[in-house]
Amino acid sequence: MEGMSTIVKKVTQLMAGIIFMYGIYIILHGHLTPGGGFAGGAIVAGAFILLILAFGSSALNLKKEVSGTSNVESVAILIVLLLALMALLFGIKVFFFNYLPKGEPGELVSAGVIPLYNIFIGIEVAAAILTIFLALVIFKEESSK
Amino acid sequence: MDTLIPLFVAIPLISAFLIVILGKLVKGFHRFFAPLILLALLVMAVIEFSSLGKSSIHYTLGGWSTEGGYPVGIYMVLDGFSVLMLCIINLIGFIALFYSLSYIRKYTAESNYYALFCLIIAGMNGVVLSGDLFNLFVFLEVSVISSYALVAFGVGKTELEASFKYQVLGGLASMLILLAIGLIYWKTKTLNIADVRNVLDAGYSKPYYIFIQVLLISGFGLKAAIIPFHAWLPDAHSSAPSPISAMLSGVLIKAVGIYVLIRLFFNMFVFTHEIAVVFTTLGAISMVIGAFLAFMQWDVKRLLAYSSISQIGYVVMAFGMSMILLVRGDNYTAAALAIAGGVYHMVNHAVFKGLLFLNAGALEYRLDTRDLKKMGGLSSAMPVTSSTSFMASMSISGIPPFNGFFSKLIIIIAAINGKFYLLATLAVVISFITLAYFLKFQRYAFFNKPLQKSIEKIREVPFSMSFSMVVLAILCLALSLLAFPSINDAILRPAIHVLMQSDIYSTTIMGL
Repeated sequence: MEGMSTIVKKVTQLMAGIIFMYGIYIILHGHLTPGGGFAGGAIVAGAFILLILAFGSSALNLKKEVSGTSNVESVAILIVLLLALMALLFGIKVFFFNYLPKGEPGELVSAGVIPLYNIFIGIEVAAAILTIFLALVIFKEESSK
Repeated sequence: MDTLIPLFVAIPLISAFLIVILGKLVKGFHRFFAPLILLALLVMAVIEFSSLGKSSIHYTLGGWSTEGGYPVGIYMVLDGFSVLMLCIINLIGFIALFYSLSYIRKYTAESNYYALFCLIIAGMNGVVLSGDLFNLFVFLEVSVISSYALVAFGVGKTELEASFKYQVLGGLASMLILLAIGLIYWKTKTLNIADVRNVLDAGYSKPYYIFIQVLLISGFGLKAAIIPFHAWLPDAHSSAPSPISAMLSGVLIKAVGIYVLIRLFFNMFVFTHEIAVVFTTLGAISMVIGAFLAFMQWDVKRLLAYSSISQIGYVVMAFGMSMILLVRGDNYTAAALAIAGGVYHMVNHAVFKGLLFLNAGALEYRLDTRDLKKMGGLSSAMPVTSSTSFMASMSISGIPPFNGFFSKLIIIIAAINGKFYLLATLAVVISFITLAYFLKFQRYAFFNKPLQKSIEKIREVPFSMSFSMVVLAILCLALSLLAFPSINDAILRPAIHVLMQSDIYSTTIMGL
């Protein structure tokens, strides 16, 4: 896949970082404001997809990238499940129990395990969307050969 | 045994993603890990089964208790009916996976196969255990989406076409189900199945819920391939790899189709005569037309797929009859007998249809064809496949002493007791037609004169495949023990109890 014009590349360079930061913000404030792991993860993946579209995929080793993103995805979902399973060891010993101290409502560091779930779900969603996108790019490049 | 309940979903999910990662690093990791996980799940299911009895336990995720009488958390419910389904799912899952150890070697991307297999198990366990409608929908999607991928696993032209057809119709079904769930939530303000029942008990507008019920019958009817909704099944079940066909035909259409229909219509909605008649009619139509369509097939797996439609028709018809009888409220013994026949036939069908698909897989593995006209004379070359498939064929067509005979007999007796003489006659006639097309299968595959010149070179299938087939064939015989009243009481009675006392589900969960 070829890159786009200089104007697009420059604007994307300026925007991608801001979009990425906004995604991180949505993920980290998941327990306080609307949004959370899924929405934030989609935005983070959007930043990467924008860069790939603007600069073209010829600079990337797509097969390697895909196996990387799919590994990250699997590890992230495993950590989410592990966090949920750890609840079987603490407190009233039920699956998905919120076992960390809850803190002050409204603070960034509060609500126990929920921010951790949000972070790892964010990573998982971003990696998954990126995997799907890269798979489509690979499919397009292979079919146009 | 409370803590085991979420593990039925968590363990296969974790192992699916572990297989994806470690399958790349450790060679052959998936090969011993996945069967061990399935075996562990089977043992857990049996432990739950033996300890549960007629009681039911509910598990609230995250420890959220009821707030002011309303359930706020996610509920997982284990009762007589769901624990029986858990046992079937994990039993057939383990055997199909063990069979895959040899069978799947001819495909590439083996670790993906095992990961998807674990996901399908996780989804089905979740559907069966889930106590609220939305999670039921989520787990249903988990299992059917992984089944789309598994149907297309051969990535040939026919596989991709079948998978695409399956995805389109499956997506349509999911949309109908989601719409119905949304409509239920709109009126009742709750998604918990038991709580919905309590709201409905307080009074409801009938036309609105009839509409929802029709949506649900269409949606889950598509998943269960009851006859007007069956178009995807023969393609999908015949082009999937054989152990997956065994899973799809043996378990998936029951866990995400029949089980959910029965659970929602018996334990959530209040019975109405119209819906009961619709159920019975759909069941009878599937039973009759499925058998005639199966009779005309020359592709082994298509024949088996159509016969699944016909056998599922028996199950749906039995439950429909019991619903009619329960609405009338005058003949409870016949209703209980019909439910017993339905549940029993469901268990039996999982075993013998799983076995038949594994047999078809063994034939395909050695001959590279599914066409009956190109087979013949294999009974001496493949004795294990031949004898096990003979047992399965006799059992599905209802020849004593195999299990299919007893379950069909119970359904027919219930139909006569409930004065459904036409349905009883149909059930008997279809049983003969089933015998006819399975004799055709036996004759053309195993007993005709050999058509292929290379018949001497054909050997029996490898150990893991023949072992799985033998286990299922023994189960075909062993399950006929369920016809004895004392054994029947211990194993099927808890499931029948939950369905007969349709209020018991909601009252025990809501703690009333």
